Amino acid sequence: MQVKRETVYNEIFRISASQTNQPEWLKELRTEALSFFSEVGFPSVEDEEWKYTNVAPIARETFQYDFKVESKISEETISKFVLEEAKKSFLVFLNGRFRPEFSNAQSLADVKIASFTQAFNDPDLQKTLQQKLGSLVDYRKNGFTALNTAFIEEGLFLFIPRDKIIESPIQLVFLTENEKIAFPRCLIVMEEGSEATLIESYNRNQEGKYFTNAVIEISIANEAKLKHYRVQRESHNSFHVTTTCAEVQCGSVYDSTNITLGAKLSRHDVIAIFKAEGGQAFVDGLYLVSGEQHSDTHSVIDHVFPNCLSRQNYKGIVDGKARAVFNGKIFVRENAHGTDAQQSNKNLLLSNEARVDTKPQLEIFNDDVRCSHGATVGQLEEEEIFYLMSRGLHHSLAENLLTYGFAEEIVNKIEVDSLKSQLDEALLNRLKAKL
Amino acid sequence: MLLEIRNLHAGIDGREIIKGLNLSVEKGQIHAIMGPNGSGKSTLAKVLAGHPNYEVTEGEILYEGKNLLEMEPDERAREGIFMAFQYPVEIPGVSNSQFLRLAYNEKMKHLGREELDPIEFNELLKEKAKLVQMTSDFLKRSVNEGFSGGEKKRNEILQMAILEPKLAILDETDSGLDIDALRIVAEGVNKLRNSENAIILITHYQRLLNYIQPDFVHILADGKIIKSGTKELAIELEEKGYDWIKANSAHC
Ligand SMILES: Nc1ncnc2c1ncn2[C@@H]1O[C@H](COP(=O)(O)OP(=O)(O)O)[C@@H](O)[C@H]1O
Ligand SMILES: [Mg+2]
Repeated sequence: MQVKRETVYNEIFRISASQTNQPEWLKELRTEALSFFSEVGFPSVEDEEWKYTNVAPIARETFQYDFKVESKISEETISKFVLEEAKKSFLVFLNGRFRPEFSNAQSLADVKIASFTQAFNDPDLQKTLQQKLGSLVDYRKNGFTALNTAFIEEGLFLFIPRDKIIESPIQLVFLTENEKIAFPRCLIVMEEGSEATLIESYNRNQEGKYFTNAVIEISIANEAKLKHYRVQRESHNSFHVTTTCAEVQCGSVYDSTNITLGAKLSRHDVIAIFKAEGGQAFVDGLYLVSGEQHSDTHSVIDHVFPNCLSRQNYKGIVDGKARAVFNGKIFVRENAHGTDAQQSNKNLLLSNEARVDTKPQLEIFNDDVRCSHGATVGQLEEEEIFYLMSRGLHHSLAENLLTYGFAEEIVNKIEVDSLKSQLDEALLNRLKAKL
Repeated sequence: MLLEIRNLHAGIDGREIIKGLNLSVEKGQIHAIMGPNGSGKSTLAKVLAGHPNYEVTEGEILYEGKNLLEMEPDERAREGIFMAFQYPVEIPGVSNSQFLRLAYNEKMKHLGREELDPIEFNELLKEKAKLVQMTSDFLKRSVNEGFSGGEKKRNEILQMAILEPKLAILDETDSGLDIDALRIVAEGVNKLRNSENAIILITHYQRLLNYIQPDFVHILADGKIIKSGTKELAIELEEKGYDWIKANSAHC
């Protein structure tokens, strides 16, 4: 008999909602989202958007929810995940809740950093929060966005004021304990002419089963620039779903690099939407999965306004019995003349049992555009392997070095040195592990 | 004897290309193998390096007295065999210096010698790169990617310089080189030769042999060595052309 797990979420929602003193508008939003979730439940493979990703293992599971902010974590544990460059600019989320007391924002004096509760008490922030929260990621997108919205509690509101250039990379450190369910929620608002680097890192502190279901909304005003690195390295027994949406205004640049290494089952929806003329979006990524991992990336680049540029380069490495899904949609709306959009998705299969489903999709409603897209699925080249072996490299080392070379194009984009070398090492460690 | 090839028959996809070839190479020697296009020169080189697509159907190859055909390509390389490719392969995303260090350290490990860290290795690399006049930006770039024909060939010789093989097989390293590049490559090879190693120079033209003096010249036609001699044979061949050799081959 099928147990309807959705009812469990109704239960915990009731308790969570009863003990909050959030403003009315948010209570309403959460209640609506919960009732939407109760209606639709988790997506099923009959849904075109979830055709290749069966989330039944998530739906089947019961996780624990942190009703109170009482989980603890040591400084020492946190420091394992904080990057060298972000030692004075990291913000910690534990089991989905933003925890200022574990964070260090010494070098972020120019940034307004507030938990949602703090933001409610600040008239300026409260207004922007109310205006923007949920405006980019509609909770009705799917069961996961609905559930995240229903459980908005201690989220993070990051506000970068006009013309401020933030030198230190802002690292969001997400940690989730075994058996827990986490609903991280972030709103990042960049005012005109500001610049920042954001590192969103999901880390493996414990090896067990847990579930992270995040929503990240990003608003980039005119002439503002954001470099966004997302690195998902969760436990290989965990589940991970994130929806990211960035709105790009006039002359602003959203440059994101999305690295997926972890989780047993992961899904990332990334959306960049041009809300004015002349914006640029780079949405690149690398997924590297093995064993029985499953990784799904769904991206949407929405050219609503004219003369915007988008570039997308996603690479995938799939080993063992792992499976990867890439679905990339580019919309060019009627009015969006002068659009310049490119998309590429290249995949490398390292075993006979590995599988990739890739589907680039262009939907163009305007003639005056330059668009291209392509996808490939291939294996390592015999001649390349032989060349490396003829220089004394073992077969497995030759294979892994070529794999590393395949991934480098994406990793090389990363301008935060310690993060880049961490990822280099993760790739190179695969080399050693296989030797 | 460093290398002994006896009655070698080899081919690909069931088609015989090398048809009963014999060759003996001693330490300190340079052997030139010349022959028309399609005679099997590259096939011989690849068989020696252990390319998995080529099949040996008859005969044997002894390297330092051991059965070479039982060794994997990487084992052969670590034991001191090096083939400079006629068409070097591009390896995107892997820098030349990274690759060379890995190859160098694999060999050191095999020999039970100390491996070098990136800083130590870069010193060695800089020194060796001078030999073929390669600048440091070549070392940072991906292996052979976007290199000109001549640069690729120089890169092969750089690899040879780093790995210090006992037996180097240079497959048409001279072809496609202008005169300056040819001189650089030849000087590099000359500096690397010594009494402890041997070189098999595969070439289509005699001109390389003006720069690198061979001890023996062999002419390969249709998968067999049909004539062997000293460097005068190469000059005669250049004057009379390959047709001369084909016409006379029946008597040799
Ligand atoms: N990979 C291959 N597949 C099929 N035929 C090949 C292959 N490599 C070489 N051959 C054939 O073998 C013959 C000898 O080639 P090769 O050894 O490259 O000659 P050379 O290097 O002397 O020009 C040619 O007829 C060529 O077409
Ligand atoms: Mg050839």
